[in-house]
Amino acid sequence: MDTFLLFISAIFVNNIVLAQYLGNCPYLGCSKEKSVSIGMGAAVIFVTIMATIFTWVIQKFVMLPFGLQYLQTIVFILVIASLVQFVEMFLKKMVPPLYKSLGIFLPLITTNCAVLGVAILVQRQEYDFMTSLLYAIAAGVGFMLALVLLAAIRERFVITRMPKSMQGTPIGLIMAGIMSLAFMAFKGMIA
Amino acid sequence: MASMMQEFTKGLWKELPPFRLVLGLCPVLAVTNSANNGLGMGLAVIFVLTLSNVIISLVRHIIPKKVRIACFIAIAASLVVSVEMLMQAFSYPLYQQLGIFVPLIVVNCLILGRAEAFAAKNPPLLALADGLGMGIGFTLSLTFLGGLRELFGVGTLFGASMFGPDFKPFAFMVQAPGAFVCLGLILAGMNFLTMWQAKRKGQTVDPILDAGCKGCSACRKLDEIANQKKLEKLQPAKG
Repeated sequence: MDTFLLFISAIFVNNIVLAQYLGNCPYLGCSKEKSVSIGMGAAVIFVTIMATIFTWVIQKFVMLPFGLQYLQTIVFILVIASLVQFVEMFLKKMVPPLYKSLGIFLPLITTNCAVLGVAILVQRQEYDFMTSLLYAIAAGVGFMLALVLLAAIRERFVITRMPKSMQGTPIGLIMAGIMSLAFMAFKGMIA
Repeated sequence: MASMMQEFTKGLWKELPPFRLVLGLCPVLAVTNSANNGLGMGLAVIFVLTLSNVIISLVRHIIPKKVRIACFIAIAASLVVSVEMLMQAFSYPLYQQLGIFVPLIVVNCLILGRAEAFAAKNPPLLALADGLGMGIGFTLSLTFLGGLRELFGVGTLFGASMFGPDFKPFAFMVQAPGAFVCLGLILAGMNFLTMWQAKRKGQTVDPILDAGCKGCSACRKLDEIANQKKLEKLQPAKG
């Protein structure tokens, strides 16, 4: 039951974008079209899960035994960067259709702070392997949910009249704020 | 010297990182619940950005083009690790307040963006001026946003009470929604100001409408692809 609660709360209550402020650049940058946002969301889910698995294993079996925790940041980012590169090459060679739909988003994800953020968060919370995996899945799904919802709303802005200085990013941010307010209501569901 | 001054001052207003270039939004939103946190985060970013700019500019001829992003990340990451250790040693409470966002400086688009757009093409002294200017602009913006949110959300500024004991704080401001809405309104204000100035001078200037991360090559690539798609969509209609 606890794990289920963790899963739900990571998607809705502690949503990675709307409550923890991670991954804001792609959140605003890739939410102009729904099709782009779906691709980006799927790629983030995929990479977050892979990155969390790899960094968890490295932290547990390499860094802890040798007392290298202080190098966490540099090791994690290099692992994520090379992982993304490998995934890109693997997909290109083995699963071309998947590469076609996710490929362009993969290089962007190296510098997405949601991926590194989740990898560091599960270490700080000292989750075990299964919990970490579950948290990574939930965080990715939460990101995709928020991204697709915002993209759906922003597509409508094209046909709305608004002051010129509000168009684009400013109204996107305010919309994100209102969505974040709405997501705060889920707090009552868990508590 | 004049060009150095120019590179330094452009980060303070003309290309103010969070409000004009819209770079590095995560810490801008996350740590600005008080002016103090904003200032601390800004100082950490100044340190990393200035040093990474200088180092990248020094080794810019040695780095092969194909692996440059990885090199930039490695340089930034080692600087971030040093910042983490310095903060743990000298200002542990601040380190705990900023939490996960100290290691996340490494993926801040501002660092990579400046490395790619400026440091990799210019000599070290200019890169230093650019990094320092951008860093100070970033710090001032963060402190401003943090101060604003702290003032209305808690009723204090840098921890000192401003409105007396009768003030009912507007808690919305220090929570997540307040961060998004505040930043959105500031960006709209900046756009308005730019357009007003341009109008007075008789020029027409397009406001910054898109979340750019234009400096960062990765995002630029996506923009190009999106534009291409749009063109493809338009073509049949034209024909």
